[in-house]
Amino acid sequence: MPSLKSFRLRIRSVQSTQKITKAMKMVAAAKLRRAQEAAQAGRPYAQAMDRMLASLASGMLGKAGAPKLLAGTGSDKVHLLIVATADRGLCGGFNSSIVREARRAIRALQGDGKTVKVLAVGRKARDQLRRDYGNLIVDSITDLGKPRLGFADARKVADRVLAMFEAGEFDVATIIYNRFRSAISQILTRQQIIPPAVPEAEAGAGASPYEFEPDEETILAELLPRNLAVQIYRALLENAASEQGARMTAMDNATRNAGDMIKRLTLQMNRSRQASITKELIEIISGAEAI
Amino acid sequence: MAKVAFSLVMPERELAATEADMVIVPGGDGDFGVLPGHIPMISTVRPGVIEVQDGGKTVRRFMVAGGFAEVTRERCTVLAEEAQPFEDVSADQLAKRLRDAREALAEATPATRSGAEKAVSVAQDLQRAYAYYAAR
Repeated sequence: MPSLKSFRLRIRSVQSTQKITKAMKMVAAAKLRRAQEAAQAGRPYAQAMDRMLASLASGMLGKAGAPKLLAGTGSDKVHLLIVATADRGLCGGFNSSIVREARRAIRALQGDGKTVKVLAVGRKARDQLRRDYGNLIVDSITDLGKPRLGFADARKVADRVLAMFEAGEFDVATIIYNRFRSAISQILTRQQIIPPAVPEAEAGAGASPYEFEPDEETILAELLPRNLAVQIYRALLENAASEQGARMTAMDNATRNAGDMIKRLTLQMNRSRQASITKELIEIISGAEAI
Repeated sequence: MAKVAFSLVMPERELAATEADMVIVPGGDGDFGVLPGHIPMISTVRPGVIEVQDGGKTVRRFMVAGGFAEVTRERCTVLAEEAQPFEDVSADQLAKRLRDAREALAEATPATRSGAEKAVSVAQDLQRAYAYYAAR
């Protein structure tokens, strides 16, 4: 039977762990709210971008002069996977689910005889993929979104991707991230960004075709790189919200587990205390009777 | 009289959403004014100043570092990666921007050169536009 003192020490250590997880949960909740606000604030821009792209692309797709960023290079031999995770852990299955999906995607693509390259965004993606697929990682970008995620962060990633695309280093780019649904549920998403999935033009809106100034080609040539940055920005925002949501849930569970553990330990401690009291009493009484 | 619903959006947030009589946008092929009923149009926007006019006078000005404008009969939406209310811009700030851009160009590698050159020309355009509008 462990001594009373060892019980007390264990309870105290679990209590201080609980304090930490509780604080982390609160911080994650506050950050989650901010991340959600940021995602909301970014929506008008993304929607306007989608609208313009839809009306531009429908006219350009299928034409011979369509830019490569829109129509693709015409082959799909080399795939670039942009694996976006967080820089930090302690957020439940958030990072590992992304990395698992990335592994699966790599295996599937390699099974089809494609070449795979990986751009790791976030420290966790880099560290976890380095062991098995270190030779595939072409570059890694970490410490994004400090102090807070801005469009400049997304542009950094987009510029890197564009530079590689222009150098002909890959044909298809896909980004893997977690889409935020709620604090307890994130949806693992694989989204192809080059060539992009062109949003459908709204029905009815097509009735008033736009005029273009200077012309469609020039606008598309400027719009497509920015659209890429916007898509990446959106993915990073979703990811940031998901990360905080996952951390909040994980820390909530940890706090609850610590509470259970404290309850159990306290019960055990009291039992053992009473047992020793009873034992002493029996010893005293039987000692008295013996006289 | 009908109004134009003007909105200026940045990737991070919506900077302005307002009704106006006319919006003057620095288009890639020259400035254009948007009145209600304007023909639907998509245009590039060069670095410069957007003017929002209401009740016969200019009510707001915004400085943008390029982007796109989407015009419909009722709306005028400008997408800008960088924009600021004109009042918040100062000549010093623009001068610093130009200085920084030039420094970046001086240190640019061949890979980053075209981007750095563009940043310098954007900074120059902004400075010119600022000088023009500040004097009015």
